[in-house]
Amino acid sequence: MTITGPNPAEGAPETGLPPALLHEAAEVGPGVGPWALAWRRLRRNRVALFFGGLFLLIVVICLLAPVYSNDIAHIGPNDQNVINTTNAIGIPIGPTWRFDHYFLGADNLGRDVAVRLLYGGRTSLEVGAVATLITMVLGVLLAIVAGYFRGLADGILSRIMDVIWAYPVVLLGIVLGTVIAVRGLGPFKSTTPLSTALVIGFVYIPYVFRPVRAQVLVLREREFVDAARQQGLSAGQIMLGEILPNLSSTIVVFVPLILANAILLEAALTYLGAGINPPNASWGTMISDGINEIPAAFHLVLVPGIMLVLAVMSVNIFGDGLRDAFDPRSRVRIAIASTSQGD
Amino acid sequence: MARFLIRRGLTMIALLFAISLVTFLLFIVVLPGGNPASMLAGRLANPSEVQLISHRYGFDQPVYVQYFKTMANIFDGSAYSYQSSFNVDDQIRQGLPTTVSLALGAGIIWLLVSILFGTLAAIRAGRYTDRVLTVLSMVGVSMPPFFLGAVIIFYLGYKTSILPINGYVPFTQSPIQWAYHLIAPWFTLSVLFIGFYSRVLRSTILDTLSEDYVRTARAKGLSPRRVLVHHVLRTSLLPIISLWGLDFAQVIGGGAILTESVYGLHGVGYLAAQSVGKLDTVTLLSIVMLTAIAVVVLQALVDFLYAVLDPRIRLA
Repeated sequence: MTITGPNPAEGAPETGLPPALLHEAAEVGPGVGPWALAWRRLRRNRVALFFGGLFLLIVVICLLAPVYSNDIAHIGPNDQNVINTTNAIGIPIGPTWRFDHYFLGADNLGRDVAVRLLYGGRTSLEVGAVATLITMVLGVLLAIVAGYFRGLADGILSRIMDVIWAYPVVLLGIVLGTVIAVRGLGPFKSTTPLSTALVIGFVYIPYVFRPVRAQVLVLREREFVDAARQQGLSAGQIMLGEILPNLSSTIVVFVPLILANAILLEAALTYLGAGINPPNASWGTMISDGINEIPAAFHLVLVPGIMLVLAVMSVNIFGDGLRDAFDPRSRVRIAIASTSQGD
Repeated sequence: MARFLIRRGLTMIALLFAISLVTFLLFIVVLPGGNPASMLAGRLANPSEVQLISHRYGFDQPVYVQYFKTMANIFDGSAYSYQSSFNVDDQIRQGLPTTVSLALGAGIIWLLVSILFGTLAAIRAGRYTDRVLTVLSMVGVSMPPFFLGAVIIFYLGYKTSILPINGYVPFTQSPIQWAYHLIAPWFTLSVLFIGFYSRVLRSTILDTLSEDYVRTARAKGLSPRRVLVHHVLRTSLLPIISLWGLDFAQVIGGGAILTESVYGLHGVGYLAAQSVGKLDTVTLLSIVMLTAIAVVVLQALVDFLYAVLDPRIRLA
């Protein structure tokens, strides 16, 4: 399927524009930039705003994990306390709904699920954010280089991306994760949250590279790039100063998509034993620990699972709204979702 | 168009060979202790025995020779896993019925349901049905299969005993039990695809609705249903079908790692996950090659469906 970025020439009415948009273009008049136009549309999309807010709330709560742990629950994420939190046959207590005492219950080692949920969320979100950063920076830079220089550089980069792209995402993730766990890679002696973020970030690069490269191929033929070249700007200056700013709306649209998928992939890799290692808490480790406890203590799966789905879903819905805001004529251009899980 | 599709299929196979090469290099060259000879020789072997085995299996030869030898073994069915010393072909053959059963059921479900949802959402665009379906598809693409699987196993398996907890019953043994044991995995595997496909179909249909030939069809007085089925859906289904072909091929080639793992289905995906964990290069390479074969077959099927749906394409 075609993957194209948001139309950079948004705002100028042209034929083929749906009536609602023609109306809008007439309403806001000329001189309104694409960003203002996008913000105007996003502001009207209450659902997207609500879920964007929900995601921010989840981020803030998870960042406050140490505060909750120290001042309210008075227990650390890895503190074990099997007395009073597990019954005679070792089944942990469920949610007590008391903020100061095992609000969401205990796990089979007597650790506080609520505290671990917040710390785990911090890990999952950090891994997701770092992975997204890696994907976006490398994906966009390589795409600019490939699209601007074309020829050999483009050929080599595109073929490498094709190979990464054709590798099923989950399979490539566990292959790389296992190699790091067994051998170590560069500074990583074994699996750490950062190495997991690196693996995830690497896996998603082609999903950004391909559409951005296509857009750079178009941009490099535009007059302003010609003008810059005539003025004697170097290739580096043109790529970073002229082309990169014109990709910003594409980049903005891609960030939530990659973030949602990166958070999901962390959980998937961890579940398959190639991601975050215990006893570190992440939503992925909590769910896979909990799956081993089925059917005795299902809150151990349900609590982190619901949190994970809520976080990912709110990023996805906000991202969808963002895409509509930047390019209301969009054909769905998320090739990512289909391959995100490999199944 | 047909030529384009064939070329795409061939590209995909070339890419899968590249994948096998990358995997081989990662596991044999990058990993230390990658010398399987000492593993095969056992713990009490002396260096000369290791050397002998190394020579017999060809581990002392250049990497490219080893690669081609391994690939040749995989294709004539004489490849053995250095880790388990099982015949890889037999292992895959054991897992294949489970995976094909999973893929067939899920593939049909996710194709039909997403066509239904996508079409409904498009013809009711902006209205209540569309919004509900949009939210559902968003939940779908945000749902990790292993979490959904765990929820189903707990509530429908342990709590209410409506569905079996796990396991696989061969079709030849009892078709009813076969389907009964696969309902939950089918559903779990389908959810993500339904979420994604119905969004794609919705926007393709909305694009197609503004085409001139659709207006022409309406203008000459065809019923809305006929316009939808014969003029709009017929072309809008093309991207869905090519997506489906590739995704289905990947599931056959062990792509459903998460679903197979959570339901304890010992299919190809489960085998792939296990062999990565054990650094079992030969098995993993064989599975990648299985994916290649599945892609070829499915690509042919997709080509055929394209020709049926698109009147401009005629099979030679």
